[in-house]
Amino acid sequence: MPILTIDGKTIEVEKGTTILQAAQRLGIDIPHYCYHPGLRIAGSCRMCLVEIQGVPKLQIACYTEATDGMVVFTQSEKVQQARRAVLEFLLVDHPLDCPVCDQAGECYLQIYYMQHGLHPSRVREDKLKRAKVRVLGEHIVLDQERCILCSRCVRFTEEVTRTFELGIFNRGDRSVVDVYPGEQLRNRYQGNLADICPVGALTDRQFRFRTRVWYLDQAKSICPGCSRGCNIVVDFNVRRGYKAGGRRIPRIRPRPNPWVNQYWMCDDGRYGFGWVEGLDRILSPKLLENGHPREIPWAEAIRLAGAWIGEAAREKKLGVLLSPRMSNEEIYAASYVLRSLGVGNVGYWAEPATPGDEDDLLIKADKNPNTYGARLITGVPQEDHLARMVEALSSGAVDTVLIFLHNLEQARAGRAALETLRRAKRFVFVGTNWNRTAAAASLVLPVTAFTEQEGTFTNFQGRVQRFWQAVEPMGQARSALSVLNELAASWGIPPLPDNAAEAFARLASENRAFAGLSYETLGDQGQTVRASEEPGVVGP
Amino acid sequence: MRIPQSERELTWWEKIYLPEVVRGLAITGRHFFVNLARHVLHLLGFNKVPKGAVTFQYPEEVRPISPRLRTVHRLARRADGSPRCVACMMCETVCPANCISIVGAEHPDPNIEKYPVRFDIDLGKCVFCGFCVEACPEDAIRMDTGIYDFAAYTREGMILTLETLLSLEPAPYVKVPPQDRAADPGPIHARKGTVAPL
Repeated sequence: MPILTIDGKTIEVEKGTTILQAAQRLGIDIPHYCYHPGLRIAGSCRMCLVEIQGVPKLQIACYTEATDGMVVFTQSEKVQQARRAVLEFLLVDHPLDCPVCDQAGECYLQIYYMQHGLHPSRVREDKLKRAKVRVLGEHIVLDQERCILCSRCVRFTEEVTRTFELGIFNRGDRSVVDVYPGEQLRNRYQGNLADICPVGALTDRQFRFRTRVWYLDQAKSICPGCSRGCNIVVDFNVRRGYKAGGRRIPRIRPRPNPWVNQYWMCDDGRYGFGWVEGLDRILSPKLLENGHPREIPWAEAIRLAGAWIGEAAREKKLGVLLSPRMSNEEIYAASYVLRSLGVGNVGYWAEPATPGDEDDLLIKADKNPNTYGARLITGVPQEDHLARMVEALSSGAVDTVLIFLHNLEQARAGRAALETLRRAKRFVFVGTNWNRTAAAASLVLPVTAFTEQEGTFTNFQGRVQRFWQAVEPMGQARSALSVLNELAASWGIPPLPDNAAEAFARLASENRAFAGLSYETLGDQGQTVRASEEPGVVGP
Repeated sequence: MRIPQSERELTWWEKIYLPEVVRGLAITGRHFFVNLARHVLHLLGFNKVPKGAVTFQYPEEVRPISPRLRTVHRLARRADGSPRCVACMMCETVCPANCISIVGAEHPDPNIEKYPVRFDIDLGKCVFCGFCVEACPEDAIRMDTGIYDFAAYTREGMILTLETLLSLEPAPYVKVPPQDRAADPGPIHARKGTVAPL
């Protein structure tokens, strides 16, 4: 195990670690463009030059392996001078369009120029003109003038997606990044190209010009798009409400997690969160009479729902369908409250997976974020609760149904079930957005989306991951946890804490699979459940 | 901040009220007659006598303003009439009063790239600091319209939209003739003797 010294600090690293990685572990930031931890090392930008004692020339930190007794200086005069020179070289043809560039504010040319450059231009020649707004694919637009040829994007399409659409063409100062002739970006991960581009050459067509990045606040979250549960950052703007058409969340970005998504996320997740602020969000509790919704206050909605569900539960005529789109805490709260009420079969239904709609990188066929958690918490194995409920409804064994978050219209089995559900005497729908299922209900209770509440999802590997609240709930929406607690209080059942962390602690104390887990131990990157202790559950 | 105030007891002479009222009238009267006398003497050619105070009959009579005065904003145009603004939001960012609201969009010309579809300035919030003019990299926003008497009956009326901002013209540069400059008594605080110090 080599022990090396960087700027006077000593660290022991594994063999094969580069100087740059060792420095990052010490909290020393070595400027770099072409190095990305998720990609092969190119060593092309020359920005990470460092001085090593006994080595006559400066070496690149991203490719030089740490050896025993190595003494590295990252801030010496020689290094600073080299950085300034490299930066000046990179800026020779770089246009001064920071004001209209979408990367401004998170651009590493800007950041390192402010740290190391600050030199007036010595270039008297005209800057080279290249293609400005070149659309490369559905989500990405290229500005060749801004490109510094770090080749991160080329390596991404070669190594991560293995689709090989991008290349560097021509030679010398005519070199440009471009797609191969007649080609365009067609992989399902192209949004990552805008993230990894350290400058403003590749920008996101959806996010472009919608807001400035310095107006955005960040919240850590989990993508609810599929059972992978990619770690994400929700960028939200509440300080300048008129931006991005009034939408508070202009973009989401991946957050590194080596166990789940490394550094990436798919485009379906990245651009598929529009529903959280869609025009079809349910903003207040609604009572539907002959399909016409009428707004009612929350107190009345809780009273009605409490009376209907309570009565049906007493008569054993209640059917409940939870959703694997709910967080662990919500599924736990629902099964706790309803079982305390004496409801026997609290089951969930997952929309059938789309066969083939998955790959070996991130995308999973199961498009629900918490199928695994729903299985662990309800304790029932995968079985078709929807079919059983439809059967019970048709036979008259059940006349009142309570459905959470589903959009039955999407699946064939669901469409058929919806016809039967319309005939239910009373149908309480708890959800975020209007859909055919909500329209068939007699009482609709609005709940918060994943960006508006705290909670945890359990992904297909059994990893329990936290998501944090980003924005305030839309309209009068409340978290499903607090709705369930109010219902519990109306039936005289001691409610769970409204706080997701405390509710999770209750879950962990009762469910052996979650034993030992708490919001503190989950941290940013989550923990795996003890699946082996749960009978009837297939481990990851 | 607490402002120190004298809590002096009124004297008996002040408490009987009438003498103080008469004293106040005397002060006002003194100003009136002194100024009247100074104006008359000036008319008669006694120019060494100090000048009398002058009252401007504002809206009818407008004092010349300095061309450097920061007045209501406008947006400059390109030669083809389109806004110079590229919606970079530097002014919006630097504005200490948060009175500028810009929404940008993609411009068909790749060399412009970005243009404002919405550009509102809420004059009700603006503090006329001029930071927006300083920050603008395109010299698009300027505060040279010479308009300082804006008022509205509603808060919405105080908001200037993109169309209004583009339609405003710079104030014509008026050079104040020397004889007017002589008649201009200068800023109030520079005149001695006519105004009591605060």
